[in-house]
Amino acid sequence: MTQTVAPAKAKKPQPGKKRPVSANSLPPSPYSLGAALVHGDVFTRGSALVMGLGNIARRQIGKGLVFLAAEAGFIYLLVVSGIPSLIGLGELGPVTEGRQEWDADGNYISVQPTNSVEVLLYGIAWALILLLFIVLWTFAIRSAYKAQVLAQSKGRAPTAMEDIKSLADSRLYGSLMSLPTIGLLVFTVLPLIFMISMAFTSFDSNHPRAFNWVGLHNFGVVLGDSASGGIAVNAKMFVSVLIWTLVWAIFATFLNFFLGMFMAMIILRVGTRIKAFWRVCFSMSIAVPQFVSLLAINQMLQQEGIINKMLRGWGWIDQSLPFFTDATWARATVIVVNLWIGIPYTIMQVTGILQNIPAETNEAAKIDGANWWERYIYVTMPYIFFVMTPYLITTFTANVNNFNVIYLLSNGAPTPVGASAGKTDLLITWLYKLTVDRGDYNIGAVIGIFTFIVLAVVSLITYRSSGSYRNEEGFR
Amino acid sequence: MSATTASPVRTAPGTAQHEGGMHARRVIGDAASHIFLAVMAIVWLVPVAWVLMESFNANTAPYTSTFFPTQYTLDNYVKLFTETEVMNFGSMFMRTLIIAIIVCLINVFFVLSVAYCMSRLRFRLRRAFMNGALILGMFPGIMSVVAIYFILKAMGLTESSTGTVVALIVVYAAGSGAAFYVMKGFMDTIPFSLDEAAILDGCSGWQVFTKIILPITKPMIVYQAIVGFMIPWLDFVLAKAICRTQDNYTVSLGLWQMLQREYITNWFARFAAGAVCVSIPIAILFVLMQRFYQSSMVGAVKG
Repeated sequence: MTQTVAPAKAKKPQPGKKRPVSANSLPPSPYSLGAALVHGDVFTRGSALVMGLGNIARRQIGKGLVFLAAEAGFIYLLVVSGIPSLIGLGELGPVTEGRQEWDADGNYISVQPTNSVEVLLYGIAWALILLLFIVLWTFAIRSAYKAQVLAQSKGRAPTAMEDIKSLADSRLYGSLMSLPTIGLLVFTVLPLIFMISMAFTSFDSNHPRAFNWVGLHNFGVVLGDSASGGIAVNAKMFVSVLIWTLVWAIFATFLNFFLGMFMAMIILRVGTRIKAFWRVCFSMSIAVPQFVSLLAINQMLQQEGIINKMLRGWGWIDQSLPFFTDATWARATVIVVNLWIGIPYTIMQVTGILQNIPAETNEAAKIDGANWWERYIYVTMPYIFFVMTPYLITTFTANVNNFNVIYLLSNGAPTPVGASAGKTDLLITWLYKLTVDRGDYNIGAVIGIFTFIVLAVVSLITYRSSGSYRNEEGFR
Repeated sequence: MSATTASPVRTAPGTAQHEGGMHARRVIGDAASHIFLAVMAIVWLVPVAWVLMESFNANTAPYTSTFFPTQYTLDNYVKLFTETEVMNFGSMFMRTLIIAIIVCLINVFFVLSVAYCMSRLRFRLRRAFMNGALILGMFPGIMSVVAIYFILKAMGLTESSTGTVVALIVVYAAGSGAAFYVMKGFMDTIPFSLDEAAILDGCSGWQVFTKIILPITKPMIVYQAIVGFMIPWLDFVLAKAICRTQDNYTVSLGLWQMLQREYITNWFARFAAGAVCVSIPIAILFVLMQRFYQSSMVGAVKG
């Protein structure tokens, strides 16, 4: 936001930008913060102190008052609760241990230790609010500058009516994006920063209420080689869980995708009768809640479950199959059951995409003499990959973070005695066990951060080299 | 339509010239694909059928000796909704239904809005938002569950029953803006000439969105609506963190409770009955939306 481009310079039509709507890079805004501070008049610059001043001076009374009210409200709240909250971040609460003492009136009272979780949460929330206010502040100055420039060049600044109209047209993105973005900030970004910061504290089962910053100590525990402080976490366990998580995610994602696509194409092929019937068959399992089918399948696959009983009854096996008691069996089982869960979704999506392939491309390829296999490899597959690459990456991340299938199906079993992670535990279920079951929030947060790093490295590389990121207009 | 269009069997290029061989191969291919689909359909339907049959089982205990029950009864359904002292499944059901419908509407609107902005509009911070959403998706969601509970507590939404409902709606809806990638990928394939033509005809950005893009996107809206409904309908972890008492439970928590050690012997059949009830809204959603689920791009742009 700090490009200092003079408006006159930026207003020149730039050669080579003839398709402004589909161009990926936009010219820098002529109404930047820097330009406003350099070229703005006294009202525009004054907006930096009294937000909305510039707008009111250009007769955008309503807009100016909104800015002014926002500033007043912010300063009031900052003084009342913001500053104490931000100061609290330093120590995470003054009282570290509960104690009994005599108060000034001679009563015997008990002093509770500070609830550090609340201190931390409010502090982080206020840091976020401060950032948002700075964004609003730059927006107010730029808006004042824009009003100034337009008032000079066109005689008057846009009225409130025109502003509102532009929200449905040229600035539609502003109105459509604001609510989803606020939702993400409050319920995704804020909790994440909150949990990440826990990785640097001593918030574990030994410090359930009052805790303090400990720096990188927890990272040392996870990457160290000894089980220190009664927490059964070390580098060896971490690496083994990490490898299984990656193996699981690769199998779960790509087997689902290719088998699902295979089945969708078989249903869609010309010779297949009663297409709707087959589609309903495979959609049935979506109608049953994943949660229910996982628990039901778990029941069916128990040592004394219905599958083992039937197989024994038919004389096919002598002993029960060790679905959840042998590590390799358990791992294969969760992958196969996940196919059962996931393939119907892939069929649905691939069907929609296959039906959307422009018919003329296929026709053209056919006229050029391509047989079905060549058309599949050179026409269908590139198209599917173009549409599905973002989906594949999100599925991969979703599978690394696939809590439900593991937790409800195997719950990490088989778990070696004394270990905090079972043989089918993913990083995510391990994290859950460490935090919710054991209360070791700091170690859990460290594992969460490592999960993120793994995912970020894998998917940013694949995503940035994929066609749909580099060339969004590839198939238009 | 020539036979080569359809043949699923891998044929070496060049052999496709013989008409007779093609016919035989086509018949074999048809048979093979139907057999394959039938076997797969059985694999997919058996567990579903098992739960359905169990829900009519007169024997309420979990481990039976036969695959399908020997005696059938409707008692499980009747008891599920009438015996409300231990567990009020009816009220859980209605509560979850209300939450899911509202979240579904907000979710579809959010995802469509964001996907449209990302796919069709060009503005500053667009790439930043796309990358940001991608990065957010890489953090394990479980990490934030505890934090979300504290935030809701600070907002005073965890005490009353209504507060919990509002809290669940807000939390489920708030996260939906980041799940726009599939929808955006779909919209990216819609020819840009449609937008340009509409803008030339005097449409505003909003009109292009509602009158041009939305009708074409119908098949994906179907998908998104189902996803948006099922997120709250089936969620377990977040609901478990937010609904602390049984009065506030959603169906998934209720069903999970039925399989706990102290309930399972008496409640297993009712669990199956509850599972069937939970499946019904999703099945209805599918049937209602099946007719929209067809190719809608035919004839959109004349080459």
